[in-house]
Amino acid sequence: MNNGGVKTFYAPDEDDVQSFRVRVFVACVFAFACCLLLAAWLYILQVVRHDHFYSKSEGNRTALLPLVPHRGDIIDRNGVMLARNFIAYTLEIDGKQSRKKQNETIDALASIIAIESRDRQRFDTFLVENRRHRSAPIRTRLSDEEMARFIGQRYRFPNVEVQARLFRDYPHGKLASHLIGYISRISEKDVEHIEEKGEAANYRGSKNIGKTGVEAVYEADLHGITGAEQIEKTAGGYAVRSLSNKPSVSGNSVELSIDIELQKVAEAAFGERRGALVAIEPASGEVLALVSMPTFDPNLFVDGISRPDWRMLNDSPDKPLLNRAINSAYPPGSTFKPFMALAGLAAGKRTVERLYPDPGGFWFGNHFFKDDKKGGHGMVNLHKSIVVSCNTYYYVLANDLGIDAIAASMAWFGLGARTGVDLPGEGEGILPSPEWKRKTFKTREQQKWYAGETISVGIGQGYNAYTPIQMANALAAVANGGKLMRPRVVRAIIDDKGQRYVQSPELVREIPIKPEHFAAVRKAMEDVTRFGTGARAFAGAPYRAGGKTGTAQVLALKSGQRYGETCKTNPRLCDHSWFIAYAPAEAPKIALAVFVENGGWGAAAAAPIARQVIDFFLLDKRARAPADIEDEDSAEAERDSAEAGESVRAGERIE
Amino acid sequence: MIAALREHPLSRLARALARPIDPALALVLVLLMAYAVVVMASASPERLGSQLLHISLALAGVWIVAFIPAQRLLSLAPVLYVAGVALLVMVMLFGVSAKGGQRWLDIGVTRIQPSELMKIAMPMMLAWFFQKREGHIGWREFFAAILLLAVPVGMIARQPDMGTSVLVAAAGIYVCFFAGLSWKLIVPAIMTGIVGIAIFVAFGDSMCQPDVSWRPIMRDYQKQRVCTLRDPYLDPLGDGFHTIQSTIAIGSGGLTGKGWMQGTQTHLDFLPEHHTDFIFAVLSEEFGFAGALALLVLYAVLLLRGFYIAAMATTLGTRLLAGAMTMIFFTYVFVNVGMVSGILPVVGVPLPFVSYGGTALVTLSLGVGILMSIHNSRRAERE
Repeated sequence: MNNGGVKTFYAPDEDDVQSFRVRVFVACVFAFACCLLLAAWLYILQVVRHDHFYSKSEGNRTALLPLVPHRGDIIDRNGVMLARNFIAYTLEIDGKQSRKKQNETIDALASIIAIESRDRQRFDTFLVENRRHRSAPIRTRLSDEEMARFIGQRYRFPNVEVQARLFRDYPHGKLASHLIGYISRISEKDVEHIEEKGEAANYRGSKNIGKTGVEAVYEADLHGITGAEQIEKTAGGYAVRSLSNKPSVSGNSVELSIDIELQKVAEAAFGERRGALVAIEPASGEVLALVSMPTFDPNLFVDGISRPDWRMLNDSPDKPLLNRAINSAYPPGSTFKPFMALAGLAAGKRTVERLYPDPGGFWFGNHFFKDDKKGGHGMVNLHKSIVVSCNTYYYVLANDLGIDAIAASMAWFGLGARTGVDLPGEGEGILPSPEWKRKTFKTREQQKWYAGETISVGIGQGYNAYTPIQMANALAAVANGGKLMRPRVVRAIIDDKGQRYVQSPELVREIPIKPEHFAAVRKAMEDVTRFGTGARAFAGAPYRAGGKTGTAQVLALKSGQRYGETCKTNPRLCDHSWFIAYAPAEAPKIALAVFVENGGWGAAAAAPIARQVIDFFLLDKRARAPADIEDEDSAEAERDSAEAGESVRAGERIE
Repeated sequence: MIAALREHPLSRLARALARPIDPALALVLVLLMAYAVVVMASASPERLGSQLLHISLALAGVWIVAFIPAQRLLSLAPVLYVAGVALLVMVMLFGVSAKGGQRWLDIGVTRIQPSELMKIAMPMMLAWFFQKREGHIGWREFFAAILLLAVPVGMIARQPDMGTSVLVAAAGIYVCFFAGLSWKLIVPAIMTGIVGIAIFVAFGDSMCQPDVSWRPIMRDYQKQRVCTLRDPYLDPLGDGFHTIQSTIAIGSGGLTGKGWMQGTQTHLDFLPEHHTDFIFAVLSEEFGFAGALALLVLYAVLLLRGFYIAAMATTLGTRLLAGAMTMIFFTYVFVNVGMVSGILPVVGVPLPFVSYGGTALVTLSLGVGILMSIHNSRRAERE
């Protein structure tokens, strides 16, 4: 026990207990010394400096009031205002009072200004959700007349305060609502997030926070920095004078890459149909339009959505709150074929010229995979396979490539992975592979990959499911010659002094495919809009566009059941319609993916929408009936008038 | 007659039940809790009911633990320690976030905070370990003890929960101190601390400039906390807000206070968290220096009794545990009162037996129960 080496760390004296007691005594002295120190400090605070603190707390109470910053604006690429603030008066009731007293106050208020049951409901939800707030708004956005009436009778309402508050306004209403998002009252959950980020001080006084869309993703920019004002208050709580002032810093404005006029045309082209559209500038990855139909009015959320409104939006079978453009994944159907063709070329399994016979389908094992055309397309090379959308060519190609090679090539295009767009709630989609199956399914039986499944994957059916933004972005990479960019909806941040910070394009990867292979596939896609499945929609276009139609099955048809039977009885069982397109062919300035939910055949539903959007973008004119296009003069006239009528126009066009 | 009454079976039962209770500790505990109820009635009357529930739970805990022989408690230490570490790992993996940190575990009915368990399990584990190695305690043992200490402390600090990790670390260090950690290590450590504080007091102005980084010793937000301590008006709406308002509350209380329910700082909502970590400010505002001093005296009695029990304990393990437990009580009081009165940074440490909150109350009461159990073992041996 007494070996010397140990001594430096442990000093066991002749009597362990005695040495322990010495240590207890030392600890005891230390603890009491510290307690005396505390007592002395409290004596200084409470007795010596009592007068100083007493005057601070009693006579004139100083209070620190947060100065809430101005939230930044959201504008489109041409400076059109999409989200802004305005000042309005609100009536707020002391939240610390009993419910009974509050209700009496509200009843009395209702006799001089309009208070609807909806306002009362919102007041109640506010109290339940926001226990930390001292006052709760009963009426917002008072008119001048209402203000005058209230001020006249103010003496009757000692517990009601008039507050000038900033409100958020979305002047375009339902337009681009998924993209812009909305702000709404800070919930208890938001408070936790704010506290986690250490932002609690900056949100003292803030009532709203971005909930979805750009409003949520760019919350840190838009919110601004809260200031503080130290004021003196009388015993009654009224402000006497301002002692010091640390001004707030307004939030940064956010400039979207979206062209709101293009967005308007795109949304109008959908009409009543459900679906999504994403248009991207291939060179930069800037998103030009991002549509998810149906939309909703973000203004409903700004001062707390009422229960009936919420129920209507949330329970609708059309799911208006769902952002189909980035959140939902659908089988790509035949729009998958150009990517398959590129994969085949890259792997050396196909050449541009080589012909393959199409007898009207492909026997694999004892299953016959059918082509759309009975009897087949005859001898088919890569070009023709895309133009006529030949299934057999891709059944054979998928079989030759194998699922692992397919999955690896599609991953180059970012399919089945989040694109990283600066919007919340992006979905991943599904890039099927044996590995994906192992991760997704539980039982050994389900995890097994069947060779037949590879064949369906080859034509964009089976497990394949991609979001519209993935399809648009992948196509943009085809259009720009193999550069996969990160899509972005915000292209610049403008600070409160007007300084503009541009976000530079971000390259995700160079796709390892030869330029001549891209050229071959693009050539085929351009002929789709001239002679192929997209020819009707693009008839008479004064520019060359590349495109590809797609139709995605909702249900696998039972044998003997003719297509259309289920669709006729229930429109929600109709096939989904896809169209992907880029233009102009020689130097693409726009690449887009159009998806129409239960739209039927791709060429019929989705392609005309793509045509209208590209027309507006390149030619700066509204969609016209195909008959008008023959007459170039009238077209010119219409274009001029359209120009005269538009104060804000799309950026690029062809002369 | 009286003798007959003493022999009455019910009276025997009562004595048997009261036997493990140490009268001095029990009295202090009950007085502290009663004080807490009085203050809570002013600070947050709507929470009085649940606080009373917590108090009854805590008292039951004291009583049950006091019944268990100290050596059996010590033998539970490894199980508690391993369970505590396992729970901390679970918090890291599936914990629920609340109030700025991931430290809660949802167990269906209620949420528990495993780091709280470590405050008891840690000193027990180290005391058990040193007892196991009694007679062979050398540098290897201290090294192992530091490892046993560092793992859970690291995990709690990562949550991040500075307050609890400091308390758990302190608990472990106290055991090492009582186990005989060489003065040659302790004295220089304390000297470094004193020199550090002196440097900060002297050169704080230039050290707190925004372009001066304290890495790798502290992260930026931690630096800000320390700097806010020097000048709360650096961050008047954030960390400084608590300190400014609680110091005003304490100072304005004066010698005898503004009277029960009369604290303007509390009742006009200037005091944040006034029922939990900052309840000392409410007490000081309403009962003044006299009230604060009375509280400190109660704690002093608790500490004296704890040190006495430690000094009288018969085995190494119980000695270490009693000493460390007492020092933990002291640390709670010192850190809480220090931060509320503006001489220590604001870390989330409750005022023992007074702050609102069930977990801390029960944990600390279990600590009192352990002290009683240790004292009983000594008595049992003597008889």
